[in-house]
Amino acid sequence: MSVIRVTIPHHLRTLASSGAEVAVEVDGPVTQRSVLDALEERYPMLQGTIRDHVTQQRRPFLRFFACKEDLSHESPDALLPEDVARGREPFMIIGAIAGG
Amino acid sequence: MSGVRVLVGTRKGAFILTADGKREQWHIDGPHFPGWEIYHLKGSPADPNRLYASQASSWFGQVIHRSDDGGKTWSTVGNKFVYEGVPGTHQWYDGTPHPWEFKRVWHLEPSLNDPDVVYAGVEDAALFKTTDGGETWHELAGLRGHGSGPHWQPGAGGLCLHTILLDPHNPDRIFIAISAAGAFRTDDGGKTWLPINQGLKSEYIPDPNAEVGHCVHRLALHPARPNVLFMQKHWDVMRSDNAGELWHEVSGNLPTDFGFVIDVHAHEPDTIYVVPIKSDSEHFPPEGKLRVYRSRSGGNEWEALTNGLPQQDCYVNVLRDAMAVDQMDPCGVYFGTTGGQVYASNDAGDNWQAIVRDLPAVLSVEVQTLP
Repeated sequence: MSVIRVTIPHHLRTLASSGAEVAVEVDGPVTQRSVLDALEERYPMLQGTIRDHVTQQRRPFLRFFACKEDLSHESPDALLPEDVARGREPFMIIGAIAGG
Repeated sequence: MSGVRVLVGTRKGAFILTADGKREQWHIDGPHFPGWEIYHLKGSPADPNRLYASQASSWFGQVIHRSDDGGKTWSTVGNKFVYEGVPGTHQWYDGTPHPWEFKRVWHLEPSLNDPDVVYAGVEDAALFKTTDGGETWHELAGLRGHGSGPHWQPGAGGLCLHTILLDPHNPDRIFIAISAAGAFRTDDGGKTWLPINQGLKSEYIPDPNAEVGHCVHRLALHPARPNVLFMQKHWDVMRSDNAGELWHEVSGNLPTDFGFVIDVHAHEPDTIYVVPIKSDSEHFPPEGKLRVYRSRSGGNEWEALTNGLPQQDCYVNVLRDAMAVDQMDPCGVYFGTTGGQVYASNDAGDNWQAIVRDLPAVLSVEVQTLP
């Protein structure tokens, strides 16, 4: 069992009634998919706001960062960096700076 | 009746405006859901404390909220809108086939007698229904399956189902409108649908008299006479006296018959309201004068209502879901502008006041008359 730190943007914090960073438990490989599955299980109101309900694709105006890298285009089943899996660094969900 | 509650959806949140029966002093509550686009919020006619709100965001998609205490507190409900079966295609702006993709909920229409039943009009155009207070939604797929769906084309605002009218005399009859497909009616609770666009004439489509393709901006009816429908089309104000079987134009002496909103007086089925907008190229009032036009004859003869409304240098728009009437006597009329003003008349339109002036652009206005 890994405890993963996840940072989420302002509007999702409001929806989830959470702080900027939450911790979720992942059993098995630590990937984008397993982390987001765990996040949505703990905060069901976030279902559909990060990934499309049906296709499970990342929403276009969101990005996934960790360890100073943009992981948005990595496979959802690729392992996340070791520092994320060990809880030393957060998995960051970032809203694009766009719009008005 | 104790007072009114005006529900305002804006580009950056929702606001709830309340007043007693005089409707002179207003309390402004909000923003709720600050920063989110609130396309629509509406209360249940069966339970005035039950409200539903549609939040949408280019970043985070669609969220639906429900309140069980008149908007004091809110909780998220289901936001999974999945088209039934293989969605197929409609036409894109350039006429090529484009897959149906859910984008947002434009309009929420609670059932007249069950607070847990709500209809949702969405973009890309489809009608969804919940029977469990918003927890789950399912499509009434007969509408898109009518056969004309592959020919529907989006208007400038998207391929949106924006109007849902429930017939209070016939629970199986629903009217809806789509930009830019037209108006449709079901007589069997949503299983099958009939396009009801005969008599509409739209010069901006290849066949001006086509069965579908008309850019209907808004429909309205009076609950006591649901076979009489009024329509603000892209251009033209229209009326049908037979539940949409045939329409005729009632634009009459309006300064322009382009516009978005149309509504009916709560107690006078032949008194209707529109806000003329200069043109589809210039979305603001003609001559910089914000005027509501009222017809007391069901159309054709219109009078300008200007007392309390800006009569110079006004260049706001009034969007399709941004007008409503209350059930008080005299009837109250309300509308919101893209400039962030919400105007109210507590005397059926003779005089107006701005309840609030500086909200974000107003997308929708609904009013509840409280017991």
